[in-house]
Amino acid sequence: MDAFTAVLQGLPMTLLLTFAAFAIGIVGAVPLAVGLSAQNWLVRLLCRLFVDLVRGVPIIVWLFLLKFGIQIGTFKFNPVAAAIVGLGVVSIAYLAEIYRGGLQAVPRGQGEASDALGLSRSTTFYRVMVPQAFRVVSPSIATYLTGLLKDSSIASTIIVSEMVFQSQSFARQHPTVEGILPYVFVGVLYIVLSLPVAYISRRLDARMRKAIYV
Amino acid sequence: MSWLTDWLNYLPQMASGLSVSLLIAGISILLGFPLGLGLGVLVTHRNLVLRTLALAIVEIGRGAPALVILYLFYYGLPKFGIAFESITAACLALTWNAAAYSSEIIRAGLQSVARGQHEASSALGLSGRDAFFRVVMPQGIRSAIPGLMGVAIQMFQGTSLAYAIAVPELMKTAYNIGSQDFNYLQVFTLAGICYAVISMPATWITVFFEKRLARHA
Repeated sequence: MDAFTAVLQGLPMTLLLTFAAFAIGIVGAVPLAVGLSAQNWLVRLLCRLFVDLVRGVPIIVWLFLLKFGIQIGTFKFNPVAAAIVGLGVVSIAYLAEIYRGGLQAVPRGQGEASDALGLSRSTTFYRVMVPQAFRVVSPSIATYLTGLLKDSSIASTIIVSEMVFQSQSFARQHPTVEGILPYVFVGVLYIVLSLPVAYISRRLDARMRKAIYV
Repeated sequence: MSWLTDWLNYLPQMASGLSVSLLIAGISILLGFPLGLGLGVLVTHRNLVLRTLALAIVEIGRGAPALVILYLFYYGLPKFGIAFESITAACLALTWNAAAYSSEIIRAGLQSVARGQHEASSALGLSGRDAFFRVVMPQGIRSAIPGLMGVAIQMFQGTSLAYAIAVPELMKTAYNIGSQDFNYLQVFTLAGICYAVISMPATWITVFFEKRLARHA
């Protein structure tokens, strides 16, 4: 079971990277999603370019850029900070796109009805559009979170000691058949870790559907 | 201007790295999509053993990070005497990934074919095989096209992970250039531009197809 404990040692770091990046994404994506559906075409275009650029470049490139490319005076990113910032920025772009899709899925009539009721623009946005959009996007957000969990493994390439890094070093120390075990364990562990997210998301979704249609 | 001259100097090497990336992506897509079609059909097969096996292949391919599958092929299997060259290991790992992701998209596409199409086929006396290959599959694949294009872009970006097993693809090339003169910022920026120049237009084309398909639906 040595291989298994070796992999488990990386679990806290994997969870830290995933949730820190997710937190950055969940919050940071809000203004970007608003920008993506802005009236002003220039704002819309700039936000669109930002999102497509961030998503068009592989995560490993962002991590290496932050880790090796950025040096301002004596400041350099340590591996964990580079991983969190990199994964965080990437999640902002992906989640903004998910939010935008959700806002677009809210029927136009809802906005018009709010107008007709004389609700202010911010009330319309926060009290009418956002709650309905959230119901549409919650499954996509859950899917993205499991994707982010797997993407956090890329941090091992800039020497962050998360699960894949740990399994890698265990395998290196055990050049026998036993050396394959950590890879099998770590693969299974990622799948197992995604299960509760999928379960909670399905329950949340079912509950919200009831809330709408009953 | 020094950035530009640096970039011009890097370009020939970067181009050879990019061609390796494109080769790996191309192979994994060409092998992965047909496999994905097979898996997509098998996960709904009557035979329990086949169904379970296909489901396991799909769930591992989607659920485990690509990097883990890559390491499994490159560092893991040699311990059983099955050794691959790094580029072969990268192709196999990404093929598994592509097959797993595309199987779900193709299955959804096949299931979206209207029930009446199946019924019409059997009313016309088509055999099960003909009904599938001539009626259901062409329509199912059509609606799966934007999703499959998305997977193709994902595979191209995924080739960057082959850096980790020292395949001389774009990322590895960039790293090598960077470690010569420590121009990491320039060289990784250029690498990012290379990826973006291919991924971004590909994404826009995908969105265009999605919109067109939605219009006809």
